[in-house]
Amino acid sequence: MNSRITNRIATGVFFACAALITLVLAGLLGYILYHGIAIINWDFLTSPSSSFRAGGGIGPQLFNSFYILLITMIITVPLGLGGGIYMAEYAKPGKLTSIIRTSIEVLASLPSIVLGMFGLLVFVNLTGWGYSILSGALTLTIFNLPIMVRECEDAIRAVPRDQREAGLALGTTHWHTIKKVLVPSAFPTILSGAILASGRVFGEAAALLFTAGLTTPRLDFGNWNPFSPDSPLNIFRPAETLAVHIWAVNSEGLIPDARAVADGASAVLIISVLLFNLIARALGRFIHKRLTASK
Amino acid sequence: MQLTLERTETEEVLQKVEEANKIALDVRNLNIYYGDNHAVKDVSMAIEKNKVTALIGPSGCGKSTFLRSINRMNDLIPSSRVDGTIQYDDVNLLDKQIDVVALRKEIGMVFQKPNPFPKSIYNNLTYALRYYGMKQKKVLDEVVEESLRKAALWDEVKDRLHESALSLSGGQQQRLCIARSLTMKPNILLLDEPASALDPIATSKIEDLILELKKDYTIIIVTHHMKQASRISDKTAFFLNGELIEYGKTKQIFTNPHEEQTENYISGRFG
Repeated sequence: MNSRITNRIATGVFFACAALITLVLAGLLGYILYHGIAIINWDFLTSPSSSFRAGGGIGPQLFNSFYILLITMIITVPLGLGGGIYMAEYAKPGKLTSIIRTSIEVLASLPSIVLGMFGLLVFVNLTGWGYSILSGALTLTIFNLPIMVRECEDAIRAVPRDQREAGLALGTTHWHTIKKVLVPSAFPTILSGAILASGRVFGEAAALLFTAGLTTPRLDFGNWNPFSPDSPLNIFRPAETLAVHIWAVNSEGLIPDARAVADGASAVLIISVLLFNLIARALGRFIHKRLTASK
Repeated sequence: MQLTLERTETEEVLQKVEEANKIALDVRNLNIYYGDNHAVKDVSMAIEKNKVTALIGPSGCGKSTFLRSINRMNDLIPSSRVDGTIQYDDVNLLDKQIDVVALRKEIGMVFQKPNPFPKSIYNNLTYALRYYGMKQKKVLDEVVEESLRKAALWDEVKDRLHESALSLSGGQQQRLCIARSLTMKPNILLLDEPASALDPIATSKIEDLILELKKDYTIIIVTHHMKQASRISDKTAFFLNGELIEYGKTKQIFTNPHEEQTENYISGRFG
């Protein structure tokens, strides 16, 4: 009888924990979406923000967020993949490897505001680029890289050993086996890892405050010359992202409709991150099916 | 008198050369260690060309380790250590200086669990060919067909070459893996319990295939299945606790073993 009661209590407690998490998430999402969704319309998503008057949008901020994300991933994915391949395939157990591993872990747990200060020092001041998309993207790369390395290493390690042996036993080199067998097999996992990391990067504010800046110059969306100062593609211009914009509007905004803009922007942010997660899963599953021909 | 003596000497030499030509691999005093574990103990044996040599013995007797030392797959295990020689033509396969990649091209291996790549059937077969610079579609098509025919799989898959290899049954996957090894035109095939994960029908297909393949290849097969060894092999080596207990013609080993341990094992008293 005793053990049955204990069992019931345990089941109840664990259920309560799970329910609590779900409730918190649902409450949070519900609250943000409830307040924000009414604000979102095409005009809000595309028009530039205003400094004093009501009725500004989040167009440039939304673009900046995606653009910084893109630049970050272009830098992070190859580096992360390279690091992951090294850790999974080449690193021999020993002192050096354990130092690298510890470094990755420490880097992964650094608070993003500290990385932001580091970015300010190195990518903003030392290089002389000032607040810019490139400084922001490099800072986010540092923020993102340890997780990407981990993700790639785990994905490659998860490829069954017999695949590795098959490649080697056929008389192809280790590198060829990695390139043509291991990485393609690990690709779905790496891809969904990268997209999940994208969600993290997309919502990051603290690391960007002092690196990509709090302003966006007037952009001419008809000018796609990346070297022109008012081109959206120029990576040496300052760029306020969506997450930074939410913070700025809330803490020092002068517009009368600050609350509405923050609500709307938060909803857009949350929906984007949610979409990243859903796409990551769907894409991972799709590619896995394609590769394994399972129905 | 002098003349006849010379002739017999020449004949002797010729006979020796001929015998040497029949030898695919000459293993001498092979010792393999995993850390402190002495896995293979001073094994010497000559493996004949175009014959099927079966390695039998209970689990952990060193037969797989022995097999994997031939194409240097043991190199992948950091704690492993090898001494002795395995003479293949005029090279010692255990020489640290030899090109392991080239060696594995000439000595193919098929593993216990079928391990096709998660690619199409066609791309499984062209994987290594492309690495060696074969790019023309016509040439690739030819090798694919030839290898699949040799592996007795062509008729079953010729209409679905571009479907995933993982959509094949276990037995078909294993024959695909054999075909994949054959694309490299190896001289020797190492089979590590190739049928142990398969059902009886798929197993008998693999056995027929092995008998067919020995015309062109030297085959060394590790098997747990004694009936299988007696059905398909010409010579059998019995391993126990890392030692080669007995090596001889399969018929002799199974009907008239010289060693008591061999007799105990094949009569099912242990293992």
